[in-house]
Amino acid sequence: MRLPYFLDYYRRMGVAHFFFVDNDSDDGSLDYLADQPDVSVWSTSAGYKRARFGVDWLNWLQMKYAHGHWTLTVDPDEFLVYPFCDTRPLRALTDWLDASSIKSFSAMLLDMYPKGRLDEQPYQPGQDPIEIASWFDSGNYTMEPNYLFRNLWIQGGPRARVFFADQPEKAPALNKVPLVKWDRRYCYVSSTHMLLPRGLNQVYDEWGGEKASGVLLHAKFLDTFSAKAEEELARGQHYAGSVEYKAYAERLKDDPQLWCKWSERYINWRQLEILGLMSKGNWA
Amino acid sequence: MLVHTALGRAEQVARHWSAAGCPVVIHVDRHVPKATFDTFVKALSDVPDIRFCERYRCEWGTWGLVAGTQAASEMMLASFPKVRHVYLASGSCLPLRPVQELIDYLASRPRTDFIESATTSDVPWTVGGLDEERFTLRFPFSWKRHRYFFDKAVAVQRRLGLQRKMPNGLVPHMGSQWWCLTRHTLSAILQDPERDTYDRYFRHVWIPDESYFQTLARQYSTKIESRSLTLSKFDFQGKPHIFYDDHLQLLRRSDCFVARKIWPYADRLYDAFLTDAAGAMKKTEPNPGKIDRIFAKAVERRTRGRSGLYMQSRFPNEDWENGVTAAPYSVFQGFAELFENFEPWLAKATGARVHGHLFAPDKVHFSEGQTAINGALSDSAILRDHNCKTFLTNLIWNTRGERQCFQFGPHDNQDICWRIARDSNAQISVITGAWAVPLFRSNLDFAEIRATAARLQRIENEHMDILRSPHAKAHVRIWTMAEFIEAPMEPLQGILDEIGRTKLRRLAEAPKMVDLGGFGQFLQNLKNQGMHPYLMGDFPVERGVEASPKPPRKPYLVQ
Repeated sequence: MRLPYFLDYYRRMGVAHFFFVDNDSDDGSLDYLADQPDVSVWSTSAGYKRARFGVDWLNWLQMKYAHGHWTLTVDPDEFLVYPFCDTRPLRALTDWLDASSIKSFSAMLLDMYPKGRLDEQPYQPGQDPIEIASWFDSGNYTMEPNYLFRNLWIQGGPRARVFFADQPEKAPALNKVPLVKWDRRYCYVSSTHMLLPRGLNQVYDEWGGEKASGVLLHAKFLDTFSAKAEEELARGQHYAGSVEYKAYAERLKDDPQLWCKWSERYINWRQLEILGLMSKGNWA
Repeated sequence: MLVHTALGRAEQVARHWSAAGCPVVIHVDRHVPKATFDTFVKALSDVPDIRFCERYRCEWGTWGLVAGTQAASEMMLASFPKVRHVYLASGSCLPLRPVQELIDYLASRPRTDFIESATTSDVPWTVGGLDEERFTLRFPFSWKRHRYFFDKAVAVQRRLGLQRKMPNGLVPHMGSQWWCLTRHTLSAILQDPERDTYDRYFRHVWIPDESYFQTLARQYSTKIESRSLTLSKFDFQGKPHIFYDDHLQLLRRSDCFVARKIWPYADRLYDAFLTDAAGAMKKTEPNPGKIDRIFAKAVERRTRGRSGLYMQSRFPNEDWENGVTAAPYSVFQGFAELFENFEPWLAKATGARVHGHLFAPDKVHFSEGQTAINGALSDSAILRDHNCKTFLTNLIWNTRGERQCFQFGPHDNQDICWRIARDSNAQISVITGAWAVPLFRSNLDFAEIRATAARLQRIENEHMDILRSPHAKAHVRIWTMAEFIEAPMEPLQGILDEIGRTKLRRLAEAPKMVDLGGFGQFLQNLKNQGMHPYLMGDFPVERGVEASPKPPRKPYLVQ
């Protein structure tokens, strides 16, 4: 359901090849992917949790196939936005990163949600999910340095505001480093939140300047979400005892409304850059 | 034309120059494999007046680039006797104006050499902190590949005080490597009887392509225009900015003759500029002003960033923020306790957004009782206290353009005190001891009042120590309560002036002070219980009665 638009979005950006891991899907995704000319798909029925939430699978694939390539590691509901993405293909960005000797590129997760109840506008296959989930929180993110891995730990957004208002320390992490010039010695530690070696997590400037960064538009909150939350809760395969999905299930019962008066409607990357959610850095 | 990659683009541009009647000599980097080179030569074999010179290994910052340029220049001067100006370009240069305009431009300046050439002491653009030392040290190791050894070699030479002397008293000059020299000057450089001496010397200079011709041209040229005809901008690390399709209009309006570097996949740029044969035949001078500004801003963003912004790719260390917050704001302590209608009065008088106690324990008291504010910043105290420093910087960032004021006091979360005290954007006004007024007016048991008063006094005292610390950068003003009620209008006026956006020319009304009748006795009672309230200042027992306002107050007038 979510794949046609996903593939379309990244093909237009200039992604040359897709690697998928199909974890026992039952909605025909595997066949659909196998039919695509630019997709390689691996399928497994092993536990997502035992593979450290999929990280082991991806690390292995990247070690084997991605050495020396720029790799973008995203979920099917994450859509990368980077500076000038409306006029320059991804290759322009990676060429520039290469020329600047930058090996990793940060793109914070930005939770997108619809106005009104989550189930008000049904999502159609092939549709741009941002048409429905076009709102976001622009300025309620907290960040703390994680001295162990040298990454920033970012939390906040609608999930902290609505689902984790009374236990914000448990709100999901939003910092991500999805675009990396891969080397077989690298690995992701926890989802794409942080990497080893630690230098790759140093995607922020500490002396007042801004490094270039992007945003992953997170189209998680669509009409399909309630069903997904229940399913995931039943599977119990998610991080920290699926605390996230427990919180969702609890709140979703009464009033699945994330929109508020101060929500911002998504326009383009320039808007995100003005709001200070991402930066052009010294790319001009 | 110096070429090392994107040969297809180089071929296109070479054809373009050639079609306009300019002979082209191409130097291809030795790193390019022979097969690729042969294909390239073959592809251009149908074009007249294109030559390929001897190939050198060109690594950034090394002599090979100069050697290649020399070889190409010699071939150019020898093979094409009609050539008067030689333009050094690269494979990623793109002519922006019709070549004929450049030819005309140069024809009307037949003796002028266009070469950026400045003495080392006058230019700040240096990579790796080396300017003068580029010329006086030796650089046996590659900066790009063996940075460690490069740095070590520099350090050792510095320690030993090793120095080389410029031959024949040359004055070192530096500048853009993309020049346009007359046959007169170029041949004088290449045929100089001392050339061996110079070459031997520059072979060990670092980045000689930015200094060899720039220095020697000063020896022979009769007329130097110290600027490059090639538009080429560098970022803070000394690497060239790249042009993409979306720069098309910007490049068109720049009126520059040639630009670099162009991204090889910028189809629209190549299509537009290589087919623009007609052109407007403008006689304008190059005007890269707007492009300069854009790239200067990019460097500024990368090095200084936006003040008060904390985000995924900007997280400055303490004291490196270049502004803790994004804009000035005001913090009031004790005012809302002393004046009945302080918040609405301040909002009316200044037009600023006036919040209640943002750091109160129960919730965030936003202005007008809102449950959230710009940026979807929630009023939940738990969310705020999860990271109250970020809460403050977020609030000021989200509301930039609108002055923020808020109340603070010893009841509130004190974790934020240092952050505010260190912030030069903060304007903090404190009436110490005013927290006693609500206690005085409350209906609590005296024992409870006494305990609370003791606690609040201790907290406020600690806060005052912070505000008076030499590390505090905020603009702090502290009055004792006794001092303040003596003459309240003067400090109030000062505060309004500082906020500086008084909506009303004349202040029609002053805020209404609470009735302090009996306050002096109240303090005395605390003292009698052994709890000495000292932050209020000197309050005689009967004083509170005297100080209570005598209504109706006269309107306060401001010029």
